[in-house]
Amino acid sequence: MSEQFRICPDTGLKLYQSTETLIKANAVAAVVFLLVGGIYGLLVGLTRWPAVHLLPADWFYLALTGHGLNVLIFWLIFFEMAVLYFASSVILGSRLAVPKFAWAGFALMLIGALMNNYIVLSGEASVMMTSYAPMDAHPLFYLSLILFAVGALLGCFVFFGTLVVAKEEKTYEGSVPLVTFGAITAAIIAVFTIISGAIILIPTLLWSLGFLAEIDALMYRLIWWAFGHSSQQINVAAHIAVWYAIASIVFGAKPMSEKVSRMAFFMYILFLQLASAHHLLVDPGVSSEFKMFNTSYAMYLAVMASMVHGLTVPGSIEQAQRAKGINAGLFEWLRRAPWGNPTFSGMFLSLIGFGFLGGISGVTMGAEQINILVHNTVYVPGHFHATVVLGTTLAFMAMTYWLVPVIFRRDLIWKGLASWQPYLFGLGMAGVSLFLMGAGTLGVPRRHWDITFSMTGGEVYEFPAAANTLLALNGLSVALAVAGGAAFCLIIVGSLLFGRKLGPDEKLATPHIATPPSDADYEKLGNGITVPGTLVLALVFFAAFAVYYFINWKYLAETWGIS
Amino acid sequence: MDEDQESVPLLQRILDNPFILLAIGVAFPAVLYLIWGIMEIVSVPLAN
Amino acid sequence: MTSLSPPKDKIWWNEPIERTELIWITIVFLWGLVMTFMMPFWHVVGDQNISSETYKTTPEKFMQQTQAFVDEYTVRKDDGPRQYPVVKPPPGGDVYLVARLWDFWPVVELKKGESYRFHLSSLDWQHGFSLQPANINIQIIPKYEHVVTFTPNKSGDYSVLCNEYCGIGHHMMIGKIIVVE
Repeated sequence: MSEQFRICPDTGLKLYQSTETLIKANAVAAVVFLLVGGIYGLLVGLTRWPAVHLLPADWFYLALTGHGLNVLIFWLIFFEMAVLYFASSVILGSRLAVPKFAWAGFALMLIGALMNNYIVLSGEASVMMTSYAPMDAHPLFYLSLILFAVGALLGCFVFFGTLVVAKEEKTYEGSVPLVTFGAITAAIIAVFTIISGAIILIPTLLWSLGFLAEIDALMYRLIWWAFGHSSQQINVAAHIAVWYAIASIVFGAKPMSEKVSRMAFFMYILFLQLASAHHLLVDPGVSSEFKMFNTSYAMYLAVMASMVHGLTVPGSIEQAQRAKGINAGLFEWLRRAPWGNPTFSGMFLSLIGFGFLGGISGVTMGAEQINILVHNTVYVPGHFHATVVLGTTLAFMAMTYWLVPVIFRRDLIWKGLASWQPYLFGLGMAGVSLFLMGAGTLGVPRRHWDITFSMTGGEVYEFPAAANTLLALNGLSVALAVAGGAAFCLIIVGSLLFGRKLGPDEKLATPHIATPPSDADYEKLGNGITVPGTLVLALVFFAAFAVYYFINWKYLAETWGIS
Repeated sequence: MDEDQESVPLLQRILDNPFILLAIGVAFPAVLYLIWGIMEIVSVPLAN
Repeated sequence: MTSLSPPKDKIWWNEPIERTELIWITIVFLWGLVMTFMMPFWHVVGDQNISSETYKTTPEKFMQQTQAFVDEYTVRKDDGPRQYPVVKPPPGGDVYLVARLWDFWPVVELKKGESYRFHLSSLDWQHGFSLQPANINIQIIPKYEHVVTFTPNKSGDYSVLCNEYCGIGHHMMIGKIIVVE
């Protein structure tokens, strides 16, 4: 049963027909849910802007629920399915194991996502993404998430199956490529995520149907976060795999060393998911030992891994650039990078935003005691808009620009707009992240419709005036980011519909994948410090991290005594 | 081929096997986060 | 050879590591140790550590205890619109604070520099205890009674805001703690 495949004229990749169709279906579904989630996000941002205060309360909580689920779950997981199929079947040049399962998974995910959107929009499930028991939603809400999760699990099985097929049919020699290894990391985290989701959502469904008397609220939080937080760790592993892929695509870069990058991913496999405890740091019922061990991802070994990836990805780019002769000064390699190519600029902005804004804020507020200052304030969404939007979403957007000609055989339309899009989206989202974090340090609660307390009959708390300013700036940034997100959706959907069709053997005008420097080129770099520019950037990052970390301990020391 | 396999260092062999990694990646957080956490919650004493 | 192709050497484990990577790994490993040390260190020297003293309770029982606390120590009615009892417990004593849809009850008056054992629980859904402008945020969970000791270090009026979404009246949920000299 030999399956149809073609060789991509631009990249030389071997593309099996069923893989290609599945990648197309998942990527298109992803972009559609990104669009829906983005519209909800705009409504949320404009409502939290006190001078605009767009939506009434019930619609605000509905929109916030829809926003979280559509972007955090549906957009990202659909895209990650495409990444998994790409990283297994396409990179390894193998047929996909049981495409039928992959289609069944896709169907379940689509039904789940549509059902979820229906029940949320009906107003019977405005319970936020977290749906904390004993607050109850319509049973269809839990059912839709279970269906979606089972679909995603099928996709993971197909991914692991494809690894077996590729090895048995010897489509590659030796170890899998690093990008595939990153995808394996993401898929492993996904399996843990989905199992945890099943453990908690199935009883919750039964409870909402009346078959179970009670769901323990604390137990729900513990297990739900093994699902809710880990699902964001799938994103981290997947977008770092995408960073490595883009460094290779745009620069022909190779990993600085296989061992270091793979061990860093291995640290993720071991410890990244422990960070689910970040959500329980000010909860009753769990000990400080549990909190400290898990919030530190076991002595920060997974944080170390992220910081290693943060060095080796730009480091591999610097090495490749220098090997090609762009060797002057500290940063000439970076200055002469293709900043007009959205695949590169999106990836690099993702790297900077994820590290400087998302990483530093996340690890700092993940210290057991510092969390007291910001738990459930808008600081938290500020943090994760840097990790999962500026980081993951922008990286996935960058990858999509590259995939359109390869997989869909369409030329991109509006290339000028596309070259600006990552900056527009990145700047907007950096604003969202910074301004929300700023408002959070002033105590502004998250998921809150009215911080002027106009409905309490005169019992009010007056936030510092700066809080209103920060939320207004956040509203403007949301508008900017949504413009960037809309531009992305328009360019991609427009290219799929109206982009010039590329002939089966037609090559693009410019090379679509870089030629790697030769071994001899790399040897010229010598054995010492080959990436001085990256080292300087890393040291700047470290200084920012350390200063910010200790400033927060100082803030903490100024508040009431708590014991 | 078999001799080749023999000389591969243990950690590389582990990293090259997605199913060992899958087992480790599910077991670690299951024990350190889920089971530890559940044990603490069920041992919360009753109020007097 | 790139990150999209298998490693060139079949046994890549023995390849030398680039020096920048070694320097960076050393730095970040040590930094991880510093951060690991900071949390237990703060338990020893710091004044802000949330206790994990917790009991299983029921809404009825917790309400009863709070009612008894209010009956014993109420000093006046609050002049705010809700006219809740203002309860002034003795320094070092217990304080019961109920979180429910959609308020915190009662109003509590504390003395600056004294310590109080706060008992926090919810009568219905999950809530958030967000004390402003002190920036102290604690999760409140139904059927769990969390005992946390507070020592106010500044006098003034403080608000308790709910920062866990608890349904359509979430934004109306507000309470008050007064700290006097």
